[in-house]
Amino acid sequence: MHIFLFLLFGLLCAGGAINLLIQRKPINSALSLIVVMGSLALIYLLLGAEFVAVVQVIIYAGAIMVLFIFVIMLLNAGEEEHTKGSKVAKIIGIPGLITGFIIGVSVLLQHGPQEKRIHIGELYGSASDVGMMLFTKYLLAFELTSVLVLIAIMGAVVLARRSHSS
Amino acid sequence: MSVLTFLIVAVIKIAITLGVLLTVVAYTVWLERKVVGHMQNRWGPSRVGPFGLLQPLADGIKFLLKEDLTPPYVEKHIYLIAPVIALVMALTSIALIPIGPVVHLFGISTPIQITGVVGATGQPGDIDAGLLIVLGITSLGVYGIALAGWSSNSKYSLLGSLRASAQMISYEVSLGLSLVGVLLMSSTLSLRGIVDAQLGTWFGFIPQWFLFRGQFIAFFIYLMAAFAETNRVPFDLPEAETELVAGYHTEYSAMKFAMFFMAEYANMVTVACIASVMFLGGWSGPPMPFLPAAVQAFLPLIWFLLRVFFFLFLYIWIRGTLPRFRYDQLMAFGWKFLFPLALANVIVTAFFVAIRA
Repeated sequence: MHIFLFLLFGLLCAGGAINLLIQRKPINSALSLIVVMGSLALIYLLLGAEFVAVVQVIIYAGAIMVLFIFVIMLLNAGEEEHTKGSKVAKIIGIPGLITGFIIGVSVLLQHGPQEKRIHIGELYGSASDVGMMLFTKYLLAFELTSVLVLIAIMGAVVLARRSHSS
Repeated sequence: MSVLTFLIVAVIKIAITLGVLLTVVAYTVWLERKVVGHMQNRWGPSRVGPFGLLQPLADGIKFLLKEDLTPPYVEKHIYLIAPVIALVMALTSIALIPIGPVVHLFGISTPIQITGVVGATGQPGDIDAGLLIVLGITSLGVYGIALAGWSSNSKYSLLGSLRASAQMISYEVSLGLSLVGVLLMSSTLSLRGIVDAQLGTWFGFIPQWFLFRGQFIAFFIYLMAAFAETNRVPFDLPEAETELVAGYHTEYSAMKFAMFFMAEYANMVTVACIASVMFLGGWSGPPMPFLPAAVQAFLPLIWFLLRVFFFLFLYIWIRGTLPRFRYDQLMAFGWKFLFPLALANVIVTAFFVAIRA
């Protein structure tokens, strides 16, 4: 059951990602990105990382993508033009992608951490577990990230002010 | 409990909840028309059945039989799927709400909550991050409105949905923050756990609701943010009929319009349920030992429904009382008043919780 659901959502995720690239209308691309985010959240849920899954939905699908769609609606962006792509990319691209994939998977399977491999449904990621980790083991990284976000917000405010006054 | 019984019980619970929810939605519309009518010195619906009680049925038949127009200039796929998104998200979130304690029927015990199960020890179990899932699902509901406005290809719809998405994102922040105080005090995210934390009383009669345990300001922040989240008066700018015809659903007719309408009222019910669970102690109520046992089994449900009814009535009452905000006032109120207040509430609550720990 777990493996079936994993394959289903994995395929949905990959399909959404491909559709995102193929679609010409920005709004359709944005909608496919929401599908990708949603199926990623469900895969997290399958792994047992409940909190991360919900946060993925609230932040990415519920807030950031709404802003994406908001901007697309505001600009009323039309169809984008696709170039035909270079010949080199067509000839080397697909074989290169396949070899890269095969090498990556075989390296991971042979040299990855064998005894620590996590199986589906094994993790237990409740909100309190994640919170404890954030405020003990990963405190420095957490605080530094929050400072980084603060700087980004301040930068956005400064830029918005400047264009307003001139 | 075997898988088969689990499935059967789940399906029965879903069917009952959905039926009750849709009935409540239909009769909230009736109640709104009736109450607002009386407030404005009119009768409200009074022709179909006694006191107009069959009016929701007549409305439903009308919505189903009306011509289903799809204007030629719309983005067809998105136009058709937008009302479905709005309604599905509105109806799904009710599944997480714990409506009552464990009931024992035909040798099966199960909590009155779609996502709740009884564990091996006989204790009712709940999803660990239940509240966050409700917030996540309701935050996806904005897509229905945003996409409806965009795909309609009409300036009124677009303006309405732009307003709706900006407003819902802005007020979601205050809404989430106003709940953090309660979470700090109950130290759980499970909705059932939050209700369990409020079941006691002081001196035998003052209930230990979080509303009376210092979350007074948070309750009012939640109420105001919830009104904005559900696009109700005084925050109903997305469908301001004086400026925008009907806002985001201008181009929708018949059942597709009714789906938006039902989604709005179902969202009102969900928001009322969350308010009851978070601040008013869920299904807790005074024991009534003088009643027969069969009636007593239903008491928690009645207490819960009374709270929900109170909030729904409050919605209607305020609709009959207050005028609409101006758009800049709405944004200033949300970001410059509600948001700092909610933040201050979180800090003060955290301080007191830390002292007590």
